[in-house]
Amino acid sequence: MSSARHILTLFKKELLLEIRQQYSFYGILLYIGATIYVLFMTMDEPEAQVWNGLFWVIQLFICINAVAKSFLQESRGRMLYFYSIVSPGNFVLSKLLFNSALMLIMSLLSLAMFMLFLGNPIQRALPFTGLVLLGGWSLSLIFTFLAAIAARAQQNAAIMAVLGFPLIIPQLLLLSQLANATFNPVLPFHGSTIALLIALDAMVIILAVILFPFLWKD
Amino acid sequence: MTPTKNYMYKSWWKVLSVVLLIYTVVAGLLIKVPDLPALEETIRNLFFHVCMWFGMMILFTVSVINSIRYLRTFNLRYDIYARHYATVGIVMGLLGYATGAVWMSYTWADPNNPATASFSTIAREPKLIGAAIALLIYFAYLVLRDSINDMDKRARISAVYNIFAYAMLFPSIWIVPRILPSLHPGGSEGNPAMNFKDIDSNMRLVFYPAVIGWTLLGVWIATLKIRLSLLKEKQMIQ
Repeated sequence: MSSARHILTLFKKELLLEIRQQYSFYGILLYIGATIYVLFMTMDEPEAQVWNGLFWVIQLFICINAVAKSFLQESRGRMLYFYSIVSPGNFVLSKLLFNSALMLIMSLLSLAMFMLFLGNPIQRALPFTGLVLLGGWSLSLIFTFLAAIAARAQQNAAIMAVLGFPLIIPQLLLLSQLANATFNPVLPFHGSTIALLIALDAMVIILAVILFPFLWKD
Repeated sequence: MTPTKNYMYKSWWKVLSVVLLIYTVVAGLLIKVPDLPALEETIRNLFFHVCMWFGMMILFTVSVINSIRYLRTFNLRYDIYARHYATVGIVMGLLGYATGAVWMSYTWADPNNPATASFSTIAREPKLIGAAIALLIYFAYLVLRDSINDMDKRARISAVYNIFAYAMLFPSIWIVPRILPSLHPGGSEGNPAMNFKDIDSNMRLVFYPAVIGWTLLGVWIATLKIRLSLLKEKQMIQ
């Protein structure tokens, strides 16, 4: 399994870069903290619906900030180097894997911050945490691929938002609908919606692997 | 492709489009329609409103097919095709909104409320959300495409986004409306205009030609724009 080894090596390289340049990691942490603190300052404990809406929108912005740099930080020379030693599929898979891991951590942190500052309307904690992880994963997959597009277009993170918001609407709708069920134990919890979300994530991964080779040639 | 072999330069389908559209307008306003509560005579808007969305989806599909062809051949001609089919698709989508707005103001909007109060409830319709997503995606496609200067790079990156976005669009257009509650016909039981139980057989006689006519008109407009671009970029394209 040489491709698994390649992906793992690239993943380790991402991790090492993250540890060496800790400012970007702490930058995102600060972003989460500052945003949620501003929310805390501007409103008292919101009701469940508002809490839910705010939570997913903040997740969206955290994701854009956390994921945007993944391709933008790669210089032209370094991309050329990767181009000569690894296959595009392995490269994009390692990026997807790393950003998923990053976003999972960030999602949990922002969930904890939200509960701390904005109150806790959640009735079913475990399913909601699962949803947060699934949502963070979905967001990170889509925005990783869009970061690749934005980086190739030599654009900033703003174009990522323009490209990504329409694509993420269905997932956010499904997620917030599922999340509403965790606020109220009476509402049913649809397993098929979760399956649909996972299927969408699988589709994003497949599309990324198919389409990325066209992106990184110059 | 030589001009003589290309359907773009043939005239029979343009004549067909005009004939079908004349038939649509004349027959669409004259035939006997079923008298349904709330809908009444506004049901004739089916021949215009629904056809716009059909046309939009067909044109977007053609745009994606051309993006795929571009990535397979790297012939810039297909990039120009993809762009113009997308633009005309957007125009049809906006017309779909316009005809829908007229229709809903007679059927859905509550006359006792001010227009803005009705709007926020109506704008939450899953079908409207799906259509908004489609239009936003293609607006973003145009922004992305026009933000890159290098011709080959522009073609390649926008083709990749077009394919990716289209593949994501389908779940949202077909699945999400079937999950969320809706006033719009065709929520959980499929498209109402294609459903043989719902639509009157008389209306089908007009509806299918109308779809073909409007789509052909869209293709006609797109080919005119394509021909103009091909002339402008003559040196670049093999």
